[in-house]
Amino acid sequence: MSLSDEARQKIQEIAARYPRRISATIPALYVAQAEYGGWLPKEAMVEVAEELDVPPSHVFGVATFYTLFYKEPVGKHVVQLCTNLACMLCGAETLQQHLERKFNIKINGSIRDGTTADGTFTVLPVECLAACGGAPCMIVDTEYYENLTIEKVDKILTQIATQPTVFFKP
Amino acid sequence: MPTYEDFKSQRIVHKYIDVPGIDEIDVYMQHEGFEGFKKALTMKPEDIIAEVKASGLRGRGGAGFSTGMKWELMQKNVEPRYVVGNDDEGEPCTFKDRELSEKLPHQIVEGIMIASYALGAHKAFIYVRGEFVKGYNQIWKAIRQCYEKGLLGKNILGSGFDLDVVAHPGAGAYICGEETALLSSLEGGRGYPKMRPPFPGQVGGGLYRQPSVVQNVETLSNLPAILRYGAAWYARIGVPPANTGTRIYSVSGHVQKPGNYELPLSITLGELIEVAGGLRPGRKLKAVIPGGASMPWFTEQHLNVVMSFDDITKAGSLAGSGSVIVMDDTTCVVKAALRLVEFYKHESCGWCTPCREGLDWLVKILHRIEHGEGREGDLELLADMGDNISGQGTLVGTFGTHRTFCLLGPSGVSPMRSSMNLFREEYEYHIKHKKCMVNG
Repeated sequence: MSLSDEARQKIQEIAARYPRRISATIPALYVAQAEYGGWLPKEAMVEVAEELDVPPSHVFGVATFYTLFYKEPVGKHVVQLCTNLACMLCGAETLQQHLERKFNIKINGSIRDGTTADGTFTVLPVECLAACGGAPCMIVDTEYYENLTIEKVDKILTQIATQPTVFFKP
Repeated sequence: MPTYEDFKSQRIVHKYIDVPGIDEIDVYMQHEGFEGFKKALTMKPEDIIAEVKASGLRGRGGAGFSTGMKWELMQKNVEPRYVVGNDDEGEPCTFKDRELSEKLPHQIVEGIMIASYALGAHKAFIYVRGEFVKGYNQIWKAIRQCYEKGLLGKNILGSGFDLDVVAHPGAGAYICGEETALLSSLEGGRGYPKMRPPFPGQVGGGLYRQPSVVQNVETLSNLPAILRYGAAWYARIGVPPANTGTRIYSVSGHVQKPGNYELPLSITLGELIEVAGGLRPGRKLKAVIPGGASMPWFTEQHLNVVMSFDDITKAGSLAGSGSVIVMDDTTCVVKAALRLVEFYKHESCGWCTPCREGLDWLVKILHRIEHGEGREGDLELLADMGDNISGQGTLVGTFGTHRTFCLLGPSGVSPMRSSMNLFREEYEYHIKHKKCMVNG
């Protein structure tokens, strides 16, 4: 596949916001990631480089620096489970263990280990999400969920499983 | 015992946060919205800078530097020049900027408009953390609504002043909250910090090497009220003359009502914990981290410390981002410290060797102590490695002596060093008995 005309146009629109087009690298990668089903194969990075007229190596360097760009296929919904201190003090480890058992996955930061067998979810441990007032917390796709309990997480994920993925589109 | 109700009338940034629909421009304008900016347009830029300096406002992002002084130091007569809002909130247990972005986006935009007019910038950026999808969309909504009302664009309100504001998304990198790394990221690259000098305000140091001012979004959110009511009004709040105003304290961990509380800088740590609902019944306070994960820890004996920039420094820590992490007596300090050092290891950008390699080793050693495999001599080894990453002494003493471009490396040493100073016996117990003193 390749980027749609609409996505290419969006990247051009974004690039025009900046004094230098190279500044649009991050937002352009988000546009490409949404087009490619939530991750960035090399061809997507090359296309972004072409649209911005920058070297592919630059785009590859940027994509590999930031954690929200996924370099291998992810499940339909990405679950970012906060494991930092405030969430840890409020029971995040219990949630992590529960989800590992429930889905038979490992939540260790590896996309492959954290993806459910049916491909519905990829669960990743993440650093502080800035929602510590509602710890423990997680993000599913782009939405925050706070004050989590095992029951609440089960209910949220059951509901979301059948819904379409929501991508961040800058 | 104080409650938040006692303090609500003193709020500045959160004054209208509870008003339904305040995230729409019409409602915002019915609640003093853009009056500060309109006042600014009637003033000379240098008078605005003097006013902000006289207010005593200090940066709410972490360093607590005088905003007015930062503006004065920006190199003059060089075009183009930029103002950048820092909404890349990532310091563990800090969550005030996300709330401001989602609930009061126009106030952030008004703040950056005032700063841009005062500093002669015609282009401004708000760098929003990648995870803050709602906040990013809210800020863009506010920007678009400002264009519709003629508050952004060419010849704003007939003043002859032009300004464009762009919201820019991050993509998951704590280091991009550090201002020079943020600028690298905004320039389209990997978020590597830069050597200072030149500082961002100077030619060569700012965005696209042009003079630039980077300002936390809570700092920006204070500007409209300072312009509306004047520096003298603002400078009376808090602990004048050097610690004025309110700040948003993000209280988390083992308190009954964690959340964001905007309070005058004259509040004490003990009062703040009470405002946040106090500890859970039957629990005792063990430790508090008063300014974000990288700051030296406090204990019960610090409950009377006033939570201003200078008072916290005097007491041996730093006010940082205004977050307050409360840990009660059920907490294993080794585990808590390990979790924070792991965070810094994960977020190290890899640029400087002491940080990249050193934090990795700190984690390995802390991990083995926590998991009952600690060895004799590990504590001395940790202390020595800490000194090699950050220079000797606490974080407070490391500015100028640390061995890395930015403070991420020294920040990662702080939780280990501080908790070991306060609770050395727990570390020793872990090593000697191969288990935890608190949780077995």
